[in-house]
Amino acid sequence: MSGASTGKASLWPLLTRRVGSALLTLLLVSMVIFGIAGLLPGDAAQEALGQSATPEQVAALRHEMGLDQPAPVRYAHWLSGMVQGDAGQSLVAGMPVGAIIAERLPNTLMLAGMTAVLAVPLALAMGITAAIRRGTWIDRAINLASLSMVALPEFLVATVGVLIFSVKLMWLPSIAMVSAEASWSDTLRSCALPILSLTVVVVAQMARMTRAAIADQLDRPYVEMARLKGASLSRVVLGHVLPNCLGPIVNAMALSLSYLMGGAIIVETIFNFPGLASLMVNAVTSRDMPLLQACAMIFCSAYLLLMLVADMVALLANPRLRAQ
Amino acid sequence: MSAPHIEVSGLTVAVGDVPIVSDISFAVQRGEVLALIGESGSGKSTTALALMGWCRHGGRIAAGEIRVGGMVIEGKSEEALSAIRGRHIAYIAQSAAAAFNPSRRIMAQVIEPAIIHRIMTREEAEAKAVDLFRALALPTPETIGDRYPHQVSGGQLQRLMAAMALITDPELVILDEPTTALDVTTQVEVLKCFKAALAQCNHGRGATAIYVSHDLAVVAQMADRIAVLLKGRLVEEGPAEQILTAPRDAYTQVLVNAPRPVPAAPVGDDGAPVLSVRALTAGYGRVVDGMPQIPVLRDVAFDLPPGGALGIIGESGSGKSTLARVIAGLLPAAQGEVLLNGSALPPRLEDRSLDQFRTVQLVFQNADTALNPAHSVRRILARPLQHYHGLTGAAADRRVAELLDLTRLPAEVIDRPVTKLSGGQKQRVNLARALAAEPKVLLCDEVTSALDTVVGAAILSLIEDLRRDLGLATVFISHDIHAVSAVCEKVLVLYGGTPVELATRAAFNGPRHHPYTSLLQSSLPTMDRAWLDTTRPPILRGFRVEGLCPFQPRCADAVPGLCDAVPAPLREGDGMRWLCHHSPSIKEPA
Repeated sequence: MSGASTGKASLWPLLTRRVGSALLTLLLVSMVIFGIAGLLPGDAAQEALGQSATPEQVAALRHEMGLDQPAPVRYAHWLSGMVQGDAGQSLVAGMPVGAIIAERLPNTLMLAGMTAVLAVPLALAMGITAAIRRGTWIDRAINLASLSMVALPEFLVATVGVLIFSVKLMWLPSIAMVSAEASWSDTLRSCALPILSLTVVVVAQMARMTRAAIADQLDRPYVEMARLKGASLSRVVLGHVLPNCLGPIVNAMALSLSYLMGGAIIVETIFNFPGLASLMVNAVTSRDMPLLQACAMIFCSAYLLLMLVADMVALLANPRLRAQ
Repeated sequence: MSAPHIEVSGLTVAVGDVPIVSDISFAVQRGEVLALIGESGSGKSTTALALMGWCRHGGRIAAGEIRVGGMVIEGKSEEALSAIRGRHIAYIAQSAAAAFNPSRRIMAQVIEPAIIHRIMTREEAEAKAVDLFRALALPTPETIGDRYPHQVSGGQLQRLMAAMALITDPELVILDEPTTALDVTTQVEVLKCFKAALAQCNHGRGATAIYVSHDLAVVAQMADRIAVLLKGRLVEEGPAEQILTAPRDAYTQVLVNAPRPVPAAPVGDDGAPVLSVRALTAGYGRVVDGMPQIPVLRDVAFDLPPGGALGIIGESGSGKSTLARVIAGLLPAAQGEVLLNGSALPPRLEDRSLDQFRTVQLVFQNADTALNPAHSVRRILARPLQHYHGLTGAAADRRVAELLDLTRLPAEVIDRPVTKLSGGQKQRVNLARALAAEPKVLLCDEVTSALDTVVGAAILSLIEDLRRDLGLATVFISHDIHAVSAVCEKVLVLYGGTPVELATRAAFNGPRHHPYTSLLQSSLPTMDRAWLDTTRPPILRGFRVEGLCPFQPRCADAVPGLCDAVPAPLREGDGMRWLCHHSPSIKEPA
């Protein structure tokens, strides 16, 4: 009985179980979202017709939008649509919700992806450097920098960024223009400030968790053993320590990165970035429930997916867990 | 004689300005084994590691010269030292379980020194590793490297670490307490392997070795020369023969005439038992038909009179600590019962009354983890006083002072945090905490195994006095056979959770034993330098079969056709009860 074979054999049932529980979570979340959406005062008919509408007009529009049906019926109707991939019709724009989201989702994914590409290596580098140089001025400097990053509100970071790079230096645009026609370099340039602002927001937490995870391992006897085999410090950290703290690090990263989906609202607003988060906020103000619910479900799925990936990575990195 | 292979002169290692070891000088000839011996904190590991230019905890080589085969070690840069470490000087650590990276395969770690120093290709290194695995008598040498460290036993891992050290044919091997974490039976096997492998190393010429240990008997088997360290200073150094037979220094004399606990006079052996264990079966996992999924203890039974002492011995994994946990109520038994003064104790902790709690107290092995490091001695002792006896204020203070006096702790430790105490003092506080409840039964789980011999012996004699003065019934769990047989009136030997022998002290110290007890006793190293070479290598054939004698696969006296076919009978007589086909009165143990 070798470890590898038992590991592979038991990974699939575990994965299936985790996906199953993720789907269940999604179902519960869908109920919560639907329930909370129902608690919002007013509805789409009221919003569309404004203050001066007569009750009869509102009632007629409600009937037309299907809002006069009882909540469980609307929920069942919406859920069966979602399961079949149909998020319904936007009450405000009069278009399919799917089409509206299809326009925004790539933007959000691009912003989140680019931020991750910048932030993850940066956080790893900061965390590893601080852990190796524990107690030195480098460690303290990184610690101070990441603490200030956590403490600074993102609107301040974004605004200062605009002041410096757009207003004073005039290097970067202050508004993120994203269109299908724009070239990659143009897109990159126009998104540079949002990406930088988001990086500042997420990198600190990741760097701090990386440092803690690595510092915890550096005192282990196997690290001393590796050094006494003649391994260089970088070989020890990359080849011995990192595999042992991949679990906590990836978990911290998944948590931080999940913020990039829905949490980017402030940055999206400041830079007028056409992303999902601002779409969802608009849906709230216009009481466009199908759109709001679809956005919320996307954010929730993204979060669950990231957590699932993180757990699987942690599992694969640890032969003990893998063999269970 | 040629120039010495290793020359250390005036070595001082310091953390800041505080020297850890000072002015150490010795020389070792090529192919010799020098043992560094001393108690914990004597600086023996520090001295050995300094030979690799390695200092723990921010220490540095403050003075002195270190020459290994002409190489200058002190003052070398980290890069230059990295080129020597693992290539010319290899290290074997105390705990292989901790020194192996848990998330990488064994083979990758064993060949890593050869890969780092680019002296072999991966294929060559793997082939050499398999040869070493074979030479170290490891099972399935071709495939054992594909496993992860947690998938092999402690003794195997220790030998795998030796393979890791020897893969580059180093000229100097440093062994840092390499068998301390092992059972005595495993230790014999590993020591034999180490001795043979060291002689074969360095292309058959034999490696020079530094053997760090606190156990003089082990050192007697391995070393050509012995250096004795005390509080960071070298007190005596010389040929092993001379140190073992004619030590000059007073401290060495104490070590050689090891402080063995003096056998105690039996305390009131009659009277109704205060603690009885009847047909106890316990383990982990779901219980089906009175049998847990993973049974740890099977059919354990004994009686303990007031003031009596029962010793429980066995290898790690034999269920010693589990038995203490069952009696204390931490693990409910699946079958059988624990009687306190004749009435059954509820198996679960939740169902026990405050008075039942008070009566049975457990003293944990490791005082460092059992005592809250944030609390002072006063707070630790006052808590049970308040909980069990409702004592507060001046009354509690008086009682705390009494407890300190009882455990022979100086009164001024009362307001110190436990982290500021020495190992022996911590263990005394640990003991005082249990005594604060005024128990009738004290369960001592390996209370001396984390301590040095001299300190441990003092704790033993303290428990001995307390037992006599307070009439405490004591269950003494230990792997230290000497201590157990000196202190306890009865000894219970567990093998794989099954009691194989229950003997009175007289019978236990006599010549006749269960084959497993004989194995344990013969595995204890002696000061005789030929002991290792004359000790029989361990046996292992087949697997344990449910219902048959559990020890049969390892038994040297097993009778084919009987022991592997018929369940062993429980025999009684001559002050002992044992589970074996051999009769106590017929056979002389080998």
